[in-house]
Amino acid sequence: MLLVPCPYCGPRPEVEFRCGGEAHIARPADPNALGDAAWAEYLFIRKSPKGVHAERWLHVHGCGRWFNALRNTVTDSFVASYKMGTPRPDADMQGGK
Amino acid sequence: MLDVTGPARRTPILPPGAAGLVRALPPADRFVLRMKAFSGDAGGFDLTGPLNSARGTSARFAARLGPDEWLLVCPEGEGPAAEAAISAALAGQVFSLVGVGHRNAAIAIEGPHAADVLNAGIALDLSEAAFPDGSATRTLLGKAEVVLVRLSGGFRLECWRSFAPYAHAFLTEVAQEFA
Repeated sequence: MLLVPCPYCGPRPEVEFRCGGEAHIARPADPNALGDAAWAEYLFIRKSPKGVHAERWLHVHGCGRWFNALRNTVTDSFVASYKMGTPRPDADMQGGK
Repeated sequence: MLDVTGPARRTPILPPGAAGLVRALPPADRFVLRMKAFSGDAGGFDLTGPLNSARGTSARFAARLGPDEWLLVCPEGEGPAAEAAISAALAGQVFSLVGVGHRNAAIAIEGPHAADVLNAGIALDLSEAAFPDGSATRTLLGKAEVVLVRLSGGFRLECWRSFAPYAHAFLTEVAQEFA
């Protein structure tokens, strides 16, 4: 079974978690100032990279906390996990391997 | 909160416990305490334990299930006194204390093969090294969300009332392998 590293509980089985999609998407400060295309971009357009990807995860059947994790979408291995509100730990791994 | 005068009627959801590895436990009073950044004692419950730990005895304990969440369990009938004591101890602080005694049912799993029985449906390492006495966590048993507590040498499984027949039947069936 795939183990997901929860920053609060440590490595735990995958079935206890829910994935919440791409992380670090900031809501535009003034949505009224955006055109339809820019708003649609914020709502719907996601990266889906081949490699290391920052995602939001929820430990729903555990401590109940949201956190961010870096997962390699090719190998399905978790590179790192970190608490909400902290910056992505690997700027140099964007697009990574 | 709904005011209930007189003893609340609590019909057991499971058949009365018989001897064996898996045994239904009698009703209990329970509370969910949500509160940020607290460590100490409140109303006779030891809230100093780290995340995923339980402190107390098997009949009266506090299990820390999240960074700001505890499940408090005490014998049936002691709830109102515990509620008053906790409220008094935490007066002046921001917290939420919700009685959930009717929501849960409890099952005891005992004996040398208790961990093996649970591992039929729980994907956690339940060995003494990884999940020692004094551990507690929320997890999944098969398809049902449960709270697992290890205190005083045995396991206590807490689940929602409507999940209890499933969890009890699941464990009873597995226990036949080890009887």
